[in-house]
Amino acid sequence: MIPAAFSYERAGSVEEAIELLGSDEDAKVLAGGHSLLPAMKLRISRPTVLVDIGRLDDLRYVREDGDRIAIGALTRHSALARDPVLAARCALVPQTVELIGDPQVRHRGTIGGSVAHADPASDLGAVVLALDAELVARGPDGERTIQAAEFFTGPFTSALGPQELLTEIRVPAVERGVYLKHQRSARDWATVGVAAADVGGRIQVGLASMGPTSLRASAVEEALASGASAEDAAARAAEGAEPPSDVSASSEYRAHLARVLVRRALEQL
Amino acid sequence: MTHVAITVNGQPHEAEVEPRQLLVYFLRETLGLKGTNVGCDTSSCGACTVLVDGDSVKSCTVLTAQADGSNVTTIEGLAADGELHPVQQAFHEQHALQCGYCTPGFVMATVSLLQENPSPSEEEIRRGLEGNLCRCTGYHNIVRAVEAAARAGA
Amino acid sequence: MSILGNRVLRKEDPRFLRGEASYVENLELEGALTITFVRSLLAHARIVSVDTSAAEALPDVQVFTGADIDVSTGPPPIPVLEQRMRRPVVATDVVRFVGDIVAVVVSPDRATGADAAELVMVEYDPLPLAVTTADAVKDEVLLYPEIGTNVAGRAGRSDHDPRLFDGCDVVVRDTLVSQRLAACPLEVRSAAAEVGSDGRITAWLSTQVPHRDHFGLSATLGIDPGQFRVVAPDVGGGFGAKSAFGAEETIVVWLARHLGTPVRWTETRSESMTTLPHGRGQRLELALGGTRDGKLLAYRMDILQDAGAYPGVTAFLPNLTALLASGVYAIPRIEVDGVSVVTNTAPLTTVRGAGRPEASQAIERMVDLFAAEIGMDPVEVRRTNFIPKDAFPYKTASGAEYDSADYEAALELALRAVGYEEVRAEQQRRREEGSTQELGIGISSYTEITNPLGEEEYGEVEITADGGALVHTGSFSHGQGHETTFAMIAAERLGLPIEKVTVLKGDTDDVPKGTGTFGSKSTQIGGMAARGAADGVVERAKVLVGDYLEASAADVVLDTSQGRFHVAGTPQPALSWAELAERSAADGRLDELKVQHDFKAPPTFPFGVHIAVVEVDVETGRVELQRLVAVDDAGTLINPLIAEGQVHGGVFTGVAQALYEEFVYDEEGNPLSGTFVGYAFPSTADLPGWEAIEMETPTPANELGVKGIGESGTIGATPAVWNAVLDALAPYGVRHVDLPCNGENVWRALQEAKA
Repeated sequence: MIPAAFSYERAGSVEEAIELLGSDEDAKVLAGGHSLLPAMKLRISRPTVLVDIGRLDDLRYVREDGDRIAIGALTRHSALARDPVLAARCALVPQTVELIGDPQVRHRGTIGGSVAHADPASDLGAVVLALDAELVARGPDGERTIQAAEFFTGPFTSALGPQELLTEIRVPAVERGVYLKHQRSARDWATVGVAAADVGGRIQVGLASMGPTSLRASAVEEALASGASAEDAAARAAEGAEPPSDVSASSEYRAHLARVLVRRALEQL
Repeated sequence: MTHVAITVNGQPHEAEVEPRQLLVYFLRETLGLKGTNVGCDTSSCGACTVLVDGDSVKSCTVLTAQADGSNVTTIEGLAADGELHPVQQAFHEQHALQCGYCTPGFVMATVSLLQENPSPSEEEIRRGLEGNLCRCTGYHNIVRAVEAAARAGA
Repeated sequence: MSILGNRVLRKEDPRFLRGEASYVENLELEGALTITFVRSLLAHARIVSVDTSAAEALPDVQVFTGADIDVSTGPPPIPVLEQRMRRPVVATDVVRFVGDIVAVVVSPDRATGADAAELVMVEYDPLPLAVTTADAVKDEVLLYPEIGTNVAGRAGRSDHDPRLFDGCDVVVRDTLVSQRLAACPLEVRSAAAEVGSDGRITAWLSTQVPHRDHFGLSATLGIDPGQFRVVAPDVGGGFGAKSAFGAEETIVVWLARHLGTPVRWTETRSESMTTLPHGRGQRLELALGGTRDGKLLAYRMDILQDAGAYPGVTAFLPNLTALLASGVYAIPRIEVDGVSVVTNTAPLTTVRGAGRPEASQAIERMVDLFAAEIGMDPVEVRRTNFIPKDAFPYKTASGAEYDSADYEAALELALRAVGYEEVRAEQQRRREEGSTQELGIGISSYTEITNPLGEEEYGEVEITADGGALVHTGSFSHGQGHETTFAMIAAERLGLPIEKVTVLKGDTDDVPKGTGTFGSKSTQIGGMAARGAADGVVERAKVLVGDYLEASAADVVLDTSQGRFHVAGTPQPALSWAELAERSAADGRLDELKVQHDFKAPPTFPFGVHIAVVEVDVETGRVELQRLVAVDDAGTLINPLIAEGQVHGGVFTGVAQALYEEFVYDEEGNPLSGTFVGYAFPSTADLPGWEAIEMETPTPANELGVKGIGESGTIGATPAVWNAVLDALAPYGVRHVDLPCNGENVWRALQEAKA
């Protein structure tokens, strides 16, 4: 219940945050805290320094940027849920956010925190992958854009460098998108999550809880691209995935769920 | 130690706190406001729910340090001049509490829910309270209490 | 007009609503040190060494091991159980489950305690494991080698009568598991203790049974009971899991004595999930036989009970399951064999229902299986076999003496309320159109035993100087509303408004004895004890009034509508309670208006019918409970509002077992469900509202006619939901789904049926 001791710094700017992250190799970013603090309270995570970026209000925004929508990394889930730009241009995001956690969690959790935490069970992880989102990071060497497909490198591991801060998530405007989540109970992590979207004419599918990272269901996408029906494409949902077996579900059941949910998502698109 | 200035139930407070102190312990132990309860260690049960700048938040998943500069309302801050807040009154009238341990958290979550959605459907109430767990009531009367509070214009 | 039977709002609510409750963790205890337990990470191992040096290097930290605290918990409370399987409160030689205490840290604060606990280095020599009952019952790996067996208790007879099923056209068989559950009270365990300047020890405990704790802790620690006070303040739920003190509370009191400073402990939720005793854990092999026209003739149950690493009363539970084997049916021949074995898992205890949910799960599933086998509607099979309402009191073939019931009426009410024919029509429509969202409707008709031990409860009523009344009760409400219900009972006898009656409980200095609250018994024995004491006070009052009005006590009457005494036939002069109190206080006779009353009665048998409607997604296996109609008859209802709340909570627990929860260990005995994330405790979004309907068939066991109701909801709901899911899956050839019957378990059953 009580985290191991750590030092605490408040960053007044992105630059300051980057500098503070460099002060210790076990320094971590504290945004909404709803991924990090639970891990720290169970002492699974033991950073020596927490860099609180909660004051960086200039990282809270949603704005149209051509055919993309730029979302500031510190935008809270509750703000995403009611954002009119997203509702109009990329409703998949607010639709998914409503399924994350519960209202209290959504009042604090941020999209940047969620994505950077790189939990393979994360709903938004599946969505940013399906959308081919761009993740904008700033670090000591300046700013760079990481493609979603390169972002999730391992369980709870992202392509962000130790001193890099995720500052913005850029998603395409998408008219058709759906996220389906199977859970043991309403507040549970996704047993399996499926995000499907029509991104510029191509149907793309992201999966939650089907492997060590969020995944693209590439076999499904290939099948669709070569004209397969939703049902036939969905039959390939678990190809290339290594769904885990844990207290929530067996690997076999997850594979089955993925096939059913992918089919349903494609049908609903 | 980190310096914090937090307003709680309208009272400003300043303190030096350990970085790892959770907001719920600041409220309970530093300020002696014991109405907010700790029910779990995985941010699941919502017994610790308070309002931070008007939003329902699990105070066990916020560092006191993070709450610097915030306005916090706890269960003790709801009743005005000894009169129960309409949500508290509704919980009483609908028998929406038994052992009472989850009650402050549910009441605060309800206050926040009704602020955001003054006339929720039953489905919206059930979705809106999924961050709070109760073992005694089976939730039925809690849902009725929220409906009653909404009708009373809470 | 009597207050009884009214939906009176609870007197105790304000402090809980305002955040002013006095849970143990809220107590101010100046100078109290914090206790943190260091617990085993292995399920079965020898302790080679415990190195406390790094921990004790932290400022003001002390660490105690089993060598320092040489205390064992007492034997299981029931003599027929294996008496030698005791638990050293701090393990010294061997740990028997993940969570067994191996060291105790005392620190100035919680954070330091957590830091220090991590630094205690324990070296283990792993031992072979018996995690499952299937392994333990082989008696190959022994948890207590010196005892030579893992068997902690037995029930029934182990020889099977080969002629049991003679005359049966049909015998259906199945093996059911009533899975291990965590009680999950929202308030975890919390304890504090201090030695006063007069040498008297006070312990504050989050418990359901302050007097039992007082007695047991005195005995275990060799404390003079007169020098020991137990206070149960407000307690945030118990559900049976807090109905016996454990190693932890023992250590808290021991340390207070040893250190001479106050100490306190509050567990974390993870600690509670893994070490607060669990519930259920029964495997039942069942066979039910009868005729093709629906008459049940014979029933056999073979029960294997998980008793955890340190068996307590759980080892006895198969006896309660056996007692209720017959359910609501007149089954002529019943045979039960039960054995309880220790395993390398957390202890278990009498969690809400305690052996009776298992009985109703078993008979109700088997009746539905039997109905399917003979092609008869499960409603008809039930009707054909109900014990008729004029047959009570009725002794079943498994030895239970049911007091009063009308199962047919409950079934009728429930069928009408759910709209049985309409649901069947919708089910049929979906089947015909090949919907993947199948509907199922499931019935459970149940009875259960409340006040199962036929206990005696203490009550005392005294009039205060201002003419109000104090009710001291040995019952201990931890959510059940006794401060209102017992006040209603006493107020009605005394003719006082309920605002003037205060119920006191939980402090052994204030209430000399009591049995606490569990087993759904408090109103029927505690309420009756309060009633008897109130009646006794009225009799004493009449003596005083007789003296003051110069009449014989026999001629004095109490007008309960006014709360005034007068001579029969002469309304004036009259004395109100306030006037009587003032006068008798002035005469030094106020203490005559104080009466104690012990009330004892045999068990009673509430009953009911629950009907569940579920929607099953046959592609994913996901089950949604759409409706739960609960008809429950617990005799006379003193406060229907509170009674209904108990039904709601009980039904919740029953549904949670049916569809969501299971406490799981891996093959090494590691708990996998050890937090509220791993354990699927349902939220508002997972459940519908409950349709609770009351029936009142009074019991002859007490003058109020009340039975218990706290566990009924649990006992009735699980089989209703289970039967509903099986009903939905019947067209797919599924006749069995493991609990929780949702998600993967449903999917697997569908896969197996296809194969």
